[in-house]
Amino acid sequence: MTIVSDIFLVVGGLFFLLGGLGVFRMPDTFNRIQAGTKATTLGAFATLIGVAFAEPSWTIKIVLIIVFIILSNPIGSSAIAKAAYKSKQIPDNLVQDDLAKRGEESDNV
Amino acid sequence: MSIVDIIVFSLMGLGVLFALLRLVLGPKLVDRVVAIDTFNIVVIGVIVLLAKVFESNLYLDIAIIYAILAFLETVVFARYVEGHKHDNR
Repeated sequence: MTIVSDIFLVVGGLFFLLGGLGVFRMPDTFNRIQAGTKATTLGAFATLIGVAFAEPSWTIKIVLIIVFIILSNPIGSSAIAKAAYKSKQIPDNLVQDDLAKRGEESDNV
Repeated sequence: MSIVDIIVFSLMGLGVLFALLRLVLGPKLVDRVVAIDTFNIVVIGVIVLLAKVFESNLYLDIAIIYAILAFLETVVFARYVEGHKHDNR
């Protein structure tokens, strides 16, 4: 049980490191959003599951934290992406821009 | 505190360090918000690992509250950024 816990913890730490490194190294805003959100979500999963293997009586609270992260993290990242689009702080090399066709760029300020 | 805990804390600390560098350097406002989001999730992992190290149940409650506040912070900052058109800070 300890071995499984340690493996999950090390994987989680690695993905946290990769998330921070992705936020630091990626070239533009949308890449930074996806690197900083997806990698750290998986890192949080692995770390929490590792702690649940180490202390099996804490499983209910840890599942609660996992469910909250799986709900809140994509909502937060999509809110940031929408805000970046609406405030025009985006790279100018977009290949496809579907929101502009729907006229979503000018409302709601 | 085993050697694995020290290794995992070091990896998380490096992740926090890179996120903070992006927070300081970030050319635009959105990049800083992304850096804060990443920072908060890594800190949730650090708190849960502290619960394992100190063998205390209380840190999990702290992690839940921190996750809720981090989500609120992200959404509020995103709404704030939406109102700043062509703002290149």
